[in-house]
Amino acid sequence: MASIDRTTVPNPLGLLAELTHRCPLGCPYCSNPLALDRREDELDAGTWARVFREASRLGVLQVHLSGGEPASRRDLLEITSAAHDVGLYCNLITSGIGLTRARLAQLAAAGLDHVQISIQDSEPASADHIAGYEGAFARKRALAQEVVRLDLPLTVNAVVHRANIERIGAMVELALELKATRVEIAHVQYHGWALANRARLMPTPAQVERARTLIEQLRDRHRGHIVIDAVVPDYHARYPKPCSGGWARRSLNVTPTGMVLPCHAAQSITGLEFWNVRDHALAEIWVSSPAFNAFRGIAWMKEPCMTCPRREQDFGGCRCQAFALTGDAAAADPVCHLSPAHGVVAALATVTEDSPYRYRRM
Amino acid sequence: MADEPKAVIDLATHPHLARGVRLVHSEPHGGWVLLAPERVFKADAIAVEVIKRCTGQASLGEIVDDLARTYSAPRERIVADVTALLAGLAEKKLLDL
Repeated sequence: MASIDRTTVPNPLGLLAELTHRCPLGCPYCSNPLALDRREDELDAGTWARVFREASRLGVLQVHLSGGEPASRRDLLEITSAAHDVGLYCNLITSGIGLTRARLAQLAAAGLDHVQISIQDSEPASADHIAGYEGAFARKRALAQEVVRLDLPLTVNAVVHRANIERIGAMVELALELKATRVEIAHVQYHGWALANRARLMPTPAQVERARTLIEQLRDRHRGHIVIDAVVPDYHARYPKPCSGGWARRSLNVTPTGMVLPCHAAQSITGLEFWNVRDHALAEIWVSSPAFNAFRGIAWMKEPCMTCPRREQDFGGCRCQAFALTGDAAAADPVCHLSPAHGVVAALATVTEDSPYRYRRM
Repeated sequence: MADEPKAVIDLATHPHLARGVRLVHSEPHGGWVLLAPERVFKADAIAVEVIKRCTGQASLGEIVDDLARTYSAPRERIVADVTALLAGLAEKKLLDL
């Protein structure tokens, strides 16, 4: 293997800390892998504290406490304090289920900087149906009010797919009503459980186009009142997204059992060697782990990416998606209309199925 | 764009970073960065000097005066540049006016 030039490996900005795969909800669009990690294999709080220390030294600025449902960990307070104490900006990425007013107040006091609450729809019955949890909507709403009452910034995250895409406007209105400073309209990406449910989630091209137009209008209307971040539905795009800002450039993901991944779906690519925080220091993993170096830079690219003027703009798209759809993780993401396999994506984008969701369960 | 109206901010307002937004120095990332909910923004030297003064204690007018003194620059130019910067930050919900 070629030696790594440490001067060209950038320092990461963000750490996605998947504290657990336990979660009370069963959202069919979940990007966790189908093989969920067992509770008994989870890293303990002391190990997370060490990981956060190492992350901070490596240059990580933000930690995203996530999962599964991070609030399912009884030691969430200890974990959050550890992240805060080494200077990391702490984002809690939560369904809202499992957090009480008291617990949230403790987290705020311990240095939590921001809370993101997911919503599954603007209509309670539909929202609870998508989440596979009766009463979820009401609890999320109540928790959102607590977040604002504690003077913490609130983001509302809405994963969008065929069942709720007609209510993007209403979901933005809900975010405004809840006094969120940001709303993420996240068109579903097909990894993990979302991949297994793809045909049940896929919006029609007409729905996607209407959504795109509407989001532009909403941005104009609400400018200065709320930030609307939208993740494009890339099966309907011409060019791929620069997935995670480029492989192993900006962020890293630590799973509940301590595996370190360049992105949350990377384990879906067969043949990659991942390292674990139990065996290596985080800096060593970032710089030297085979999985991290597999698609760093541009040397791994094939045509049409290798000679494409956009190669350092979108880095050829998503490796996991290229692997899932073509069998070759080094191929162009077939979302790109220049990919020879683009027809695969174009065809899949029209496949819809109205069968019951395969709910995400342990 | 040439046709966009220039932002105007009342000089009596007391700008301050929004809740959950912090300006920190990061050596691994080569300078000052603005940390916000799930976002990181690089801050150039000028932006840093402006943002540091947005404590909620000083009015925009006072901030402009201070910058004009410190950098011996024409006041009108500073008003225009600072207003543009702060309007951009406010639109991103990073700053409260």
